[in-house]
Amino acid sequence: MALNEDFLGRVFPPSDPYQVGREKIREFAAAIGDDNPVFHDVESARALGYADVVAPPTFPILLALNAAEAAVRDPELGLDYSRVVHGEQKFQYSRPVVAGDELVVTVTIDGLRTMAGNDMVTARGDVTTVDGEPVVTTTSLLIARAEDGSA
Amino acid sequence: MTARIAFADVEVGTEVPSRVFHVDRAGLVRYAGASGDFNVIHWSERVATSVGLPNVIAHGMLTMALAGRVVTDWIGDPGALVEFGTKFTRPVVVPDDAEGATVEIGGRVTAVNDDGTVQVTLSAVCDGVTVLGNPRAVVRLA
Repeated sequence: MALNEDFLGRVFPPSDPYQVGREKIREFAAAIGDDNPVFHDVESARALGYADVVAPPTFPILLALNAAEAAVRDPELGLDYSRVVHGEQKFQYSRPVVAGDELVVTVTIDGLRTMAGNDMVTARGDVTTVDGEPVVTTTSLLIARAEDGSA
Repeated sequence: MTARIAFADVEVGTEVPSRVFHVDRAGLVRYAGASGDFNVIHWSERVATSVGLPNVIAHGMLTMALAGRVVTDWIGDPGALVEFGTKFTRPVVVPDDAEGATVEIGGRVTAVNDDGTVQVTLSAVCDGVTVLGNPRAVVRLA
């Protein structure tokens, strides 16, 4: 199924605000086995100059993939989401996410192409605070693998 | 933000200490819960094999997170990380046993930039196979 080229460059409305919780950061850090005190202990984070515990570098994926999924599930795009795998991921940080942040994601479709029957969509997520301060830009390459035998 | 590694102490070729990580099924369940990624191929052998995978596979973002640990353990302050990216080239297959999968991740400095940042190129290997494609971080050192 061909991708709808009209989506190239499309900017989606900002996501609902995501409230970054201290316990969610601790839970995420524990799930990746990371006991660095800056992710768990408020005083350790403050000693490095942060207002509260810091989120590990890949934490913004919690917001980014949900926002990207909501965008690329638009049936008009023509991407078979049931076949999608995560091909590439990049984060460009203005600063780390910190507990207490209230964040919104604005998704832009930065790339669309089809190679050997694989449909590929590059979704960029600009993550800012609700006041518009840039925090991190996430770029996800989502690939809908070709149907067997169709490529 | 203050990295605990000084820019002046680093040159192209400087090694970033490598680590060995064990990823088991319980770890995948835990990561699914923490991240909200409940894709069935990360916990159901029945579904994973039905779509052509050898077994349940780890979340690519979990493997990337482990690579992130190697970087933030080196620099100390996660705020020193400027950029971090990878391709997900091969799956980390996680058998349903006590050991799970073993992933070894290391890195070295591959560029020293005029703006006080350095590029670290990582490698992530599981069962002799490279699982992350061109994983790279840019960090601002002290």
